[in-house]
Amino acid sequence: MRSPAGKETQKDRMGFWERIYLPEIAKGMATTFKQMFEPAVTREYPEERFAPTGSYRGRPVLVLEEDGERCVACGLCSRVCPALAIQVQAGETLERDKERYPEKFEINMLRCIFCGFCEEVCPEEAIVMSKDYEMVFQNREEAILGKEKLLTPVAQLQDRLEYLRTHQYYEPK
Amino acid sequence: MPQMIIDNKTIEFKSGQTIIQAALENGFDVPHFCWHPGLSVAGNCRMCLCDVGMPRMNPDKTPALDEQGKQIYNFLPKLQIACATPAADGMFVRLNDKKVESAQESVMEFLLINHPLDCPICDEAGQCKLQEYGYKHSKGESRFIETKNHKDKRRPLGPNVLFDGERCISCSRCIRYANEEAQQPVLTFVNRGDHNTIETFPGQEFDSPYSMNVIEICPVGALTSQDFRFKARVWDMSFNETICTGCARGCNINAGVRDNEILRLEPRVNMEVNQYWMCDHGRLNQYKFVNTNRVQQAMIRENGTLLDADWSVAYTRSAEILKHYQAHEIMFFGSARATNEDNFALVELARHIGSPNIDFVRYHDEAFGDAKLRHSDRTPNAKGAETLGVKPGNGGVSADSFVHAVQAGKIKAVVIIEDDIAGLSSAHAQALASLECVIVQASNMTATAQAAHVLLASATYAELEGTYTNFQERVQHVEPAVVSKENASRMGLKMSRLDKFGAENDRWTNGEKRDCRMHWRNLTGIANALGAGWSYKKSADVFSALADKYEVFSGMDYALLDERRGILFGKAHEEYVPVFEYSSHDLKPQS
Ligand code: SF4
Ligand code: SF4
Ligand code: SF4
Ligand code: SF4
Ligand code: FES
Repeated sequence: MRSPAGKETQKDRMGFWERIYLPEIAKGMATTFKQMFEPAVTREYPEERFAPTGSYRGRPVLVLEEDGERCVACGLCSRVCPALAIQVQAGETLERDKERYPEKFEINMLRCIFCGFCEEVCPEEAIVMSKDYEMVFQNREEAILGKEKLLTPVAQLQDRLEYLRTHQYYEPK
Repeated sequence: MPQMIIDNKTIEFKSGQTIIQAALENGFDVPHFCWHPGLSVAGNCRMCLCDVGMPRMNPDKTPALDEQGKQIYNFLPKLQIACATPAADGMFVRLNDKKVESAQESVMEFLLINHPLDCPICDEAGQCKLQEYGYKHSKGESRFIETKNHKDKRRPLGPNVLFDGERCISCSRCIRYANEEAQQPVLTFVNRGDHNTIETFPGQEFDSPYSMNVIEICPVGALTSQDFRFKARVWDMSFNETICTGCARGCNINAGVRDNEILRLEPRVNMEVNQYWMCDHGRLNQYKFVNTNRVQQAMIRENGTLLDADWSVAYTRSAEILKHYQAHEIMFFGSARATNEDNFALVELARHIGSPNIDFVRYHDEAFGDAKLRHSDRTPNAKGAETLGVKPGNGGVSADSFVHAVQAGKIKAVVIIEDDIAGLSSAHAQALASLECVIVQASNMTATAQAAHVLLASATYAELEGTYTNFQERVQHVEPAVVSKENASRMGLKMSRLDKFGAENDRWTNGEKRDCRMHWRNLTGIANALGAGWSYKKSADVFSALADKYEVFSGMDYALLDERRGILFGKAHEEYVPVFEYSSHDLKPQS
């Protein structure tokens, strides 16, 4: 309901009991009191840590196989990244069968929004979301992770790879 | 003009044209791989199949009509290739119907049987005709489960071009190009069926000065540039229109820019200048000096060393030094590498000061010129400099007599734009070193720049706006391709995706934005410090002043130059008929 001047006043919005506040405060206190006897959902981090399952989307990392990285520096992850967090510079190598490799691969964790698009678009299953959620940086430069920080042995990523195989985002018809 | 009907639309065509030419010129999209307007017709890819009908005639030679009074057409039993079938008066062509679509689908499926689909590592991806048609004209599925053929993936055809046999779709564009345009018939098909591939004849390589044009005309990623390979994905670059300054031809080109650095150059169609091509020399060399060894800002020599200075201080200082000398003691070097605007401003400055000593250096190299594109004049604007009067006035010192005049003590100060005068000979270097006043506007740290007393960083062709006049007397307009502090405000939309959206603290967008200025702006600064009162604010102001003054430029302005892709001297008032410009394949979707 609106007052004639067109403005909504406190009187219009609230009834008498609401306006004197006291019953509302009592209701709030009752809720608080009840919670004291419920089981706690918070954790005593860092002593107690959360162990995510394969479905968790933590910090994106690059998969490292025995003969080197899987990434072929196609730049699709960089293209699809909505936050422009990934920079890839391709290089050419004659040593491996795959002639193209990332000379530089950097993810700016201050930009990354953990959407997992890079993982989804990658044609080589070379970038996956890890379980790492503990990211502490002292300055902006530190938050830009290069290949040395991103490359993770494939053995440590089994949960996620297994999850991806069983839960494909896109089922080809 | 004869008429035909394509997909129920009546169009006019020039007699002698094929269906594909008539259709493309009228805005229809005809999928094709092997046809290229600059090459002979091969008709081997079968992608351009279309349904062709001719009007049915009654025995008495009158048109046969149906009950509704509409013309009946006799369609040919088989689909025809649009690239080799001449258009005929009254013809009816279907480019889009079930029959044509299913033919296109089959051709695509056939081409993809052995195609490696390594788009993720293929430099062509993003502007590949096979990819594009894969989306538009194919089911996106293959019935082939057999293992694909394997072929050489990295075979050099010559010093600059690499061949990937697996990606080749055997369209023969490269072979025809080598035979007809590069005039170096060394490429050929070998083997048959799915083992068919391209080779050079034994002991020969494809090293023509125009070899790299095959990289663009190859509809797929089978031919890649040794120089560019893997430098960037095409969608991460912006392709900005510019002009090659490697010789007096002034080929129209696109500069691929990422992180404010030119990564590659490629030809842009201009039927009057370079058609579809450019030379390898231009492609390989004309971007490097933009990226490296640049003069960073205005500098003034104090006690023997060049120190950074403010622009306004540098202008005042230049004017102060110049005032110490009599007009006839000052020499002005214009440049055939600078724009019309720059040379015009220099001529005006010399006139304001009253010096007859103005000239420019010619860079001729007979060995460079040839009958195709390359011209023996290695500068982009000698015609312009000549026309605008960059030549000694009455009793003035010429470029040739410069060293002598310095030795004789006739010349005591010099203003140089663009050119590396000290690099001409040791006598020139010594002459410059002996002078007390050397004002240099240079883009690169040449020997001349290092000899300067006042050094003004200048924009290269990639950062400036202006016009060049090529040897045909065609005036062509260039706009900036990379960002400098001077042009930053107008470059927003022309930057690549990464450059556009990057922030200051992103490492991938910290490409240098140089503090360089166009020569005419620097000259205006100096002239105004001398009290000339010039009011040029942008290149267009200088150009319109120039067009008012010189008859051959009259009627020209930047918009008109862009619309007509360059205008010949004195032809701005003539009627202009637009020409159709074919471009084989571009970045898709176009931004
Ligand atoms: S999409 Fe995959 S293969 Fe391509 S650059 Fe990213 S991580 Fe590498
Ligand atoms: S040629 Fe085209 S379709 Fe083939 S791999 Fe390269 S981009 Fe992909
Ligand atoms: S290399 Fe390219 S241009 Fe040459 S035949 Fe193969 S696909 Fe055609
Ligand atoms: S012919 Fe001249 S203008 Fe054309 S690309 Fe070569 S050097 Fe540049
Ligand atoms: S374009 Fe007509 S057959 Fe290739």
